[in-house]
Amino acid sequence: MKGTVEVRQHRAGWAFVAPALVLIGVFFFVPVLAGLVLSFTDFDIYAVGRPDFARFVGLRNYVQALGNPMFWKALGNTLFFVLVGGPLSVAASLVAALLVSSKLTRFPGLFRSIFFMPVVTTLVAVAIVWRYLYQPQYGLLNWALGGLGIRPVDWLGDSHWAMLAIILLAVWKNFGYNMLIFVAGLQSVPEELYEAAELDGASPWSRFVHVTLPSLGPTFLFVGVMTMLGNFQLFAEPYVMTQGGPLKATTTVVMLMYDEGFRWWRMGMGSAIAFVLFVIMLAGTLLQMRLQREGRS
Amino acid sequence: MTIHERLLRHVLVVFFLTALAVAAGCGRPAAEGRVTLRFWAMGREGEVVQELVRDFEREHPGFRVTVQQIPWSAAHEKLLTAHVGGSTPDLAQLGNTWIPEFAALGAVEPLLPWLARSRAVAESSYFAGIWDTNLVDGVPYGVPWYVDTRVLFYRRDLLARAGWDSIPGSWAEWLRSMEDVKRLAGKDRFAIFLPTNEYTPWIIFGLQAGSPLLRDDDSRGDFAGAEYRRAADFYLDVFRRRLAPNVAGAMIANRYQEFERGTFSMYISGPWDVGEFNRRLSPAMSGAWSIAPLPGPDGPASGLSTAGGSSLVLFRASRHKAEAWRLIEYLSRPEVQLRFRRLCGNLPARVEAWRDTALARDPFSRVFETQLRRAVSTPKVPEWENISLRLQDRVETMVLGHARPDSALAALDREVDRILEKRRWLLARARRHAGAAGALP
Amino acid sequence: MKRALPTLLLHGVLVAGALLTLAPLLWMVSASFMPDGEANTFPPRLLPSAPTVRHYLDLFLRLDLGRQFANSTLVAVLSTLISLIVNSMAGYAFAKLRFGGRERTFRLLLVALVIPAQVCMLPLFLELKAMGLVNTYAGAIIPFMAGVFGIFMIRQYALSLPDELLDAARVDGAGEFRIYWAIVLPVIRPILVTLAVFVFLSAWNDFMWPLIVLSDEAKYTLPVALAGLSSEHVQDTELMMAGSVVTVLPVVLLFLLLQRAYLRGVMMGSVKG
Repeated sequence: MKGTVEVRQHRAGWAFVAPALVLIGVFFFVPVLAGLVLSFTDFDIYAVGRPDFARFVGLRNYVQALGNPMFWKALGNTLFFVLVGGPLSVAASLVAALLVSSKLTRFPGLFRSIFFMPVVTTLVAVAIVWRYLYQPQYGLLNWALGGLGIRPVDWLGDSHWAMLAIILLAVWKNFGYNMLIFVAGLQSVPEELYEAAELDGASPWSRFVHVTLPSLGPTFLFVGVMTMLGNFQLFAEPYVMTQGGPLKATTTVVMLMYDEGFRWWRMGMGSAIAFVLFVIMLAGTLLQMRLQREGRS
Repeated sequence: MTIHERLLRHVLVVFFLTALAVAAGCGRPAAEGRVTLRFWAMGREGEVVQELVRDFEREHPGFRVTVQQIPWSAAHEKLLTAHVGGSTPDLAQLGNTWIPEFAALGAVEPLLPWLARSRAVAESSYFAGIWDTNLVDGVPYGVPWYVDTRVLFYRRDLLARAGWDSIPGSWAEWLRSMEDVKRLAGKDRFAIFLPTNEYTPWIIFGLQAGSPLLRDDDSRGDFAGAEYRRAADFYLDVFRRRLAPNVAGAMIANRYQEFERGTFSMYISGPWDVGEFNRRLSPAMSGAWSIAPLPGPDGPASGLSTAGGSSLVLFRASRHKAEAWRLIEYLSRPEVQLRFRRLCGNLPARVEAWRDTALARDPFSRVFETQLRRAVSTPKVPEWENISLRLQDRVETMVLGHARPDSALAALDREVDRILEKRRWLLARARRHAGAAGALP
Repeated sequence: MKRALPTLLLHGVLVAGALLTLAPLLWMVSASFMPDGEANTFPPRLLPSAPTVRHYLDLFLRLDLGRQFANSTLVAVLSTLISLIVNSMAGYAFAKLRFGGRERTFRLLLVALVIPAQVCMLPLFLELKAMGLVNTYAGAIIPFMAGVFGIFMIRQYALSLPDELLDAARVDGAGEFRIYWAIVLPVIRPILVTLAVFVFLSAWNDFMWPLIVLSDEAKYTLPVALAGLSSEHVQDTELMMAGSVVTVLPVVLLFLLLQRAYLRGVMMGSVKG
């Protein structure tokens, strides 16, 4: 038989988690399930007032989405952002972390805060600033490059450069966050390992490759997965800076979903795209975890 | 607690209280027995109508009008979102090409009963072609507010320097005039600015070439047809000859500055830009620019343009329809329309206002009147906004040379057919239930 | 002496990095004080020739940005408070209270972490419409109340609470809520501060959801208002920069004031991986 203390804890436990569960249930899980159902219909704006104008269409939305060249273009753009922007961001964070954590560094806290500052800024606000920085004739970036002898680039107007321009913005904005995580990871590497390596005559580079990197294994996985998941959801930067152009070079899957769902109110199709994205993200996560495990052995 | 944390706690409390106060303040309903009307307007009209509304409030002391200005780029989705979310305003400005869509959705109020009872607004006061754009199935859903059509803005001085004293009437001659202007202007300059992310010129040239844009009872695309192809070829030719820069609108940071600097000498736009040009160009430029009706493929008579403009609509969900109608009547008064025109350059929809001597004498208004007589409506399907944007996407690819016109236009037709699939289904359904079912034409 | 060159190089790189990182923000502030048109000249100016506060006055007096500033504050503050209460209760319960089905329920919440928010946005909008919450502050706050990350953060931290402390209080006859309120909350204050900053930043900076759910300009939050301004006023660079400064300044200040707590939370949340 349960004592009163246990019964009280049991009741209290449920009472304490109830508000959170109710909120998450009603405002997250229910919509997710509804979204799944919607994705099998052609629910659109006609159907909002007249339910009989919606038809159950099975997998047609998915088939149409996957058969739509625009979807593949958006997916390609998104993957480019993930596969190029991700590693760049992680590398920049690692470099910053190493610099900031070095024993030689004075004022590490100051530099850490400066590098982190872009993370807290409002994305829309800085996207607007960067849009002006990228202006081909008057922007600071081309002016600075001109000082190095490089001809002006139409960053946001040239379909070859637009996504790279957005990647640069994203790296600038987020490298501080992962930098902190690497700093924490670096701090947790035991001193003894370094001392032992030094005694064995290992060079600084060798120490980095054979002590630091392996110890950061779990950190790399964490940073890698979180960065990848965030990158798949790219929306605000292209929305504010390029509206998905030029020539759809910066249209992402989430933008497509937003277009279908909130611009044209084709909610069936929008939901289908969202679920396809979810599956892709899941696959990416599992892939990263598998690669990490294999890399270890 | 450190000093930091104490300071922060104070800051937070101040923030919180301020925010609550403001939020509470704006949450106050239309107390004191006043009716508050919510009115959504777009672009420059939204900025300017606030003044007109003040006078309406003075005339009707029991009314208060809050104007919300929405950028054109977001207006369509904001209106749709408001309709779905049940948060539509009482009345709004609506581009007349959107009327079929909002009527089909049952978002806007059919106006026959209101017109029947009104002494201030009647069909006879409006240009026939413009009134027609407000009809869906013969039922009016909007009252025309201002009319708009696209004409050619040009640098009279630069054109004269190149040997042309006016804009010619045919496409072939127009091309030659552009070549002459460009030759004089120099290497990094152009003759005309056609932003690649604006699709209206593509519609205009298509209409001028005689294309219906949609066929089969507006249920399939006709962009791959011969007439449209002719228009597309002409447009692309302008870019091929480097007479226009192939950039989107936002890439030219300030188009007014560039027009003044001579970076381009021609620009297709509408009446609102008359006001903007006057406002933003330096005084030295007055007299240096003018407007002309658009040239057509076979001479002036074929120089068609869009019968554009905005109407004022009432939303079905509004709880103050009678009061909102009074505001519509106010804004439709000829003298108020003329005042509106003075504020932002938009042309009045009321025919009586055109007889105003100042307007009648204005040389620019004669150009607009000429063009309005050659203005034609675009297909009245709810999906038109979506179709226009698909067209815009294709424009970019074709202009930048990433796709050949025949494949791009055929692909566009396929896309348009897909967009119109639901319409075909609803049409077929309506035909089956012969006369009963949906609200579609 | 042997260390001088590497140290110099290191700090050189650090300073260069810091300048590059701050450059866009510094230019943003500088341009916001430039007179009309000065930000669009070649060669670009770094400093205003004749600093003016006109754009700030324009924003607050003509364009009514003060209202949207207040909205952002309201949404962010309410989101933070509600999130703190709800998440701290749940996080503590998952960590320390023994109740049947605890682990299973927690694992179910894990699933929520994997699902991206976009999947539920469209139906959530329809759901809010049915509840009449579209275009309300409540509608804007809701996604922040239904977040799972906060529960994880609190649970992680609360796991390290000494059980003896709690059991002793129970033996003394204290009720579970009293234990939570009087003992647990003060002890987990550091993570609460971290979570508060976290949620405040997310709510203040959020763009996509307020864009969708708020249709009345009077209720817009700053990012939405800014995005709207930027398409209407793309020509007015200096005005846009002032708008960006107004939007970014509060969160930067908040960060500077509370960095230690916030950064500690970020690093701690990651060590477990």
